[in-house]
Amino acid sequence: MSEGGPATIAAAFREAEQEGRPALMPYLMGGFPDFETSSAIARAYVEGGADLIELGVPFSDPLADGPVIHEAATRALALGIGLGDVLKICAEVSGDVPVILMAYTNMILSGAGPADFASRAREAGAAGVIVPDLPLGTDESIRSELEAAGLSVVPLVAPTTEPGRRQGICGVATGFVYVVSDVGTTGERSEVPAHLAELVEDVSARSEVPVAVGFGIGSPEQAAEVGRIADGVIIGSRLVRLVADAGGREAAATAARDFLVQTREALAGARVG
Amino acid sequence: MSARETAPEQVREEREGRFGPYGGRYVPETLIPALDELRDAWAEAREDPAFISRLELLRRDFIGRPTPLYLAERLSEQVGRKTYLKREDLAHTGAHKINNAIGQVLLALRMGKSRIIAETGAGQHGVATATACALLDTECVVYMGSEDIRRQRPNVERMKLMGAEIVAVEAGARTLKEAVSAAIRDWVANVADTHYVIGSAVGPAPFPDLVRDMQRVIGDESREQALAAEGALPGRVIACVGGGSNAIGIFAGFLDDEEVSLIGVEAAGEGLESGRHGAPLSGGTTSVLHGSLSAVIADGEGQIMEAHSVSAGLDYPGVGPEHAWLRDTGRATYVSVTDADALAAFRDLSRLEGIIPALETAHAFAWVTDEGRIGGSGYDVVSLSGRGDKDLAEVLGLESV
Repeated sequence: MSEGGPATIAAAFREAEQEGRPALMPYLMGGFPDFETSSAIARAYVEGGADLIELGVPFSDPLADGPVIHEAATRALALGIGLGDVLKICAEVSGDVPVILMAYTNMILSGAGPADFASRAREAGAAGVIVPDLPLGTDESIRSELEAAGLSVVPLVAPTTEPGRRQGICGVATGFVYVVSDVGTTGERSEVPAHLAELVEDVSARSEVPVAVGFGIGSPEQAAEVGRIADGVIIGSRLVRLVADAGGREAAATAARDFLVQTREALAGARVG
Repeated sequence: MSARETAPEQVREEREGRFGPYGGRYVPETLIPALDELRDAWAEAREDPAFISRLELLRRDFIGRPTPLYLAERLSEQVGRKTYLKREDLAHTGAHKINNAIGQVLLALRMGKSRIIAETGAGQHGVATATACALLDTECVVYMGSEDIRRQRPNVERMKLMGAEIVAVEAGARTLKEAVSAAIRDWVANVADTHYVIGSAVGPAPFPDLVRDMQRVIGDESREQALAAEGALPGRVIACVGGGSNAIGIFAGFLDDEEVSLIGVEAAGEGLESGRHGAPLSGGTTSVLHGSLSAVIADGEGQIMEAHSVSAGLDYPGVGPEHAWLRDTGRATYVSVTDADALAAFRDLSRLEGIIPALETAHAFAWVTDEGRIGGSGYDVVSLSGRGDKDLAEVLGLESV
């Protein structure tokens, strides 16, 4: 990949915007339910119309994740899936759509450290990284080393984040800003929270890069609702559950592709006017 | 791409809440305001005479402080030096955990929080928190691994009796690590009205500082009592280390006395070389667990491994970040003791002194009566962090096997 991560991500958001819709950003857990199936799911995401893919690196103690993603990580680890396997999946699809790795701090600090993690991720074509347990002000050297290697480091803004801190977070964002829709861990919610529009509007006003929303989006309808206010819509636990329930590689890939196609249809025109 | 690449934003790295490189706040963004609020609230409360006098009154009349510093004569005879026991087992609820629980629940109420959550391993912290919540009339939810529920049944019953809700955690090895994770997840979801009373000097800043501050009463009392009894400071202060709250509490009283050696005793489980242990300072690596960078038992890819110890309270793959720093700077020394030696010490102390120690505490005695007999000068102070009634069923079960 010749372009840097930030430029690749910007181009993907621009393309969606030009089509009058928010970017569709599905998540998958690398190596769940097994390596081959998750690789097939990544390809199904590309075919189903993903604009960017969020690829989880399994971690034993994922504090930001709810039971569905935690369980997926536990199962992937039980199969011996490691960072190397996840990066193989990344390399398979990163030529088609930008891939953002979702990796906890330990995945980055272990081994030969952040610079080595970043160069391996770039070799696999990753455009960016989300580190859910590395808030602004904690170990800023990690962010610098990842950015120096050409990766976007996507920060999170939570409903509890004070306006002053939002400003600081938007100030360091590259790629996009990830707005957490609701307090709590990842997982489907029955409703889109009432305060979300206000939060997204505020963050958008402060940010030079696009704003995507995740946590709790469980249906194409919810995606469309969120998509009217955000530049991108992230769907995680719903898709992981779909895969877990599918029973078999082909079925999982088909279910994932169909869900994305439906969601893309629901999102069409959401950002027009 | 953006203007920012040419004019990078300078972000202030947070140095507070660090012990050398250790500590920090490796948590989801959602929790950051709550951690800020807690840090500020404690800074205010500790300067508030009304808060401090309330805390001191409860320490004296409810917990029963100061706890005695007891010269264990038969033990002294056996180890060949004077050995004093700091009797935290005589604190209300039978362990040092109550010092932290009462302090944090008082602080939470001052902050206007209406719901308390806690994790527990051996059950002592859960009991202490349930006790504090009963006393101060607050809702209490305790997360506990189902394996620990099995091996610490009496403490589960005590918590229920005092009105706490027990949530069984079924993830992983169903012990303390998963209970902490479950409690943190609850806190992320309910942060507005809930305070998380963490039970050891672990977790994201400001918890390691806060818990040490709540537990340093052990060290401050010990220092005063030791000086009164002997007219000189002890040669060594010894405590068991799981998360490390009783150890950091007693060490805190002597940190500035450089002539006093500080010895932390970790759980070697089936032996450090077996890989089945609870000794991150002796046999771990540097990693992030539960929000702070510290010594952790983790593999080469940063995955946290399961700890093992016969003692539920030491069955944890991490340790407070201040201990990692005390180790690196050489101010404290960390050693480890196997399950078998701790079980032997559990029996020995019972017969020798008429005190049944907690299995956690038995690790400290196992070191004192064995390796610790060599070296050192002056007299010893050992933190008797808790009583062992809760462990009887587990120990008798192991003996019958």
